[in-house]
Amino acid sequence: MAVDEIVFWVFAPISIGSAIAMLLQRNAVHAALFLVVNFFTIAVFYLVLGASFLFAVQIIVYAGAIMVLFLFVIMLLGVDRQEPLVERLRGQRVMAIVLGTGVAIELIVAIRAGIGFATKAPANFDETVNRGGNAEALARVLFRQYFFPFEVTSVLLIVAAIAVVVLASRQRRAITRAEAANTRQREAV
Amino acid sequence: MSTPIAYFVVVSAMLFAIGTVGVLIRKNALVIFMSVELQLNAVNLALVSFSRMHGNLNGQVVAFFSMVVAAAEVVVGLAIIVVVYRRRQSASVDDLTVLRG
Repeated sequence: MAVDEIVFWVFAPISIGSAIAMLLQRNAVHAALFLVVNFFTIAVFYLVLGASFLFAVQIIVYAGAIMVLFLFVIMLLGVDRQEPLVERLRGQRVMAIVLGTGVAIELIVAIRAGIGFATKAPANFDETVNRGGNAEALARVLFRQYFFPFEVTSVLLIVAAIAVVVLASRQRRAITRAEAANTRQREAV
Repeated sequence: MSTPIAYFVVVSAMLFAIGTVGVLIRKNALVIFMSVELQLNAVNLALVSFSRMHGNLNGQVVAFFSMVVAAAEVVVGLAIIVVVYRRRQSASVDDLTVLRG
């Protein structure tokens, strides 16, 4: 049994299990922590698949920054109360589980038809594609072939930052003329 | 590498389905948002697997871009949830009936 097989069979159950645990957890903070576990297992899969740069980015950006942001908002709003179990639409939960299972089966059938369960990846990925290290090889593709999209993402990030500042700033109530006169009167007295 | 590439894609498909169920059954807007993140990650895993299978880095570049877009999307989405919470004192999607047609 090769190393990557052992890693896969150890981490795949953890990955699926933590995702299901996130789903069943009624406390939002616990759900967020299970999601962190899931993001770490996905990072390990990236490492096995020869994407060591994305492994680092996954841990720094997802497990680090994004989940801290989530936990921060949960704490800020104090929504770590348990949610009620009443259903607004009758049978919604059962239908959702049936449809979700349907999606999973459909995707697995499509994978079987598309690439087959026996297809193995070419062996010499690290020597050919990842020559000089994954980060360097990725940079070679990113800054030549995909240079324009890369620049566009910087515009996207700036727009997102401005949007958040606009959304999150408390809107000050416009002071009406009557109120202004009122305060002026009070100051005069 | 002796693990068939399809195994990774199957894990990614299962994670995507779990995320779908999460979006459908949860009531807390934050947890729904986390399920969407799970779906995005599942798709990224599929992209990286396909990049390994085809022996080029285009899939990894697309996964990288999708991470950037996800970061921007999370920031805006959480800001919207905070604003909604300020107005209605609740993060449950059942209370958001003002948009009902």
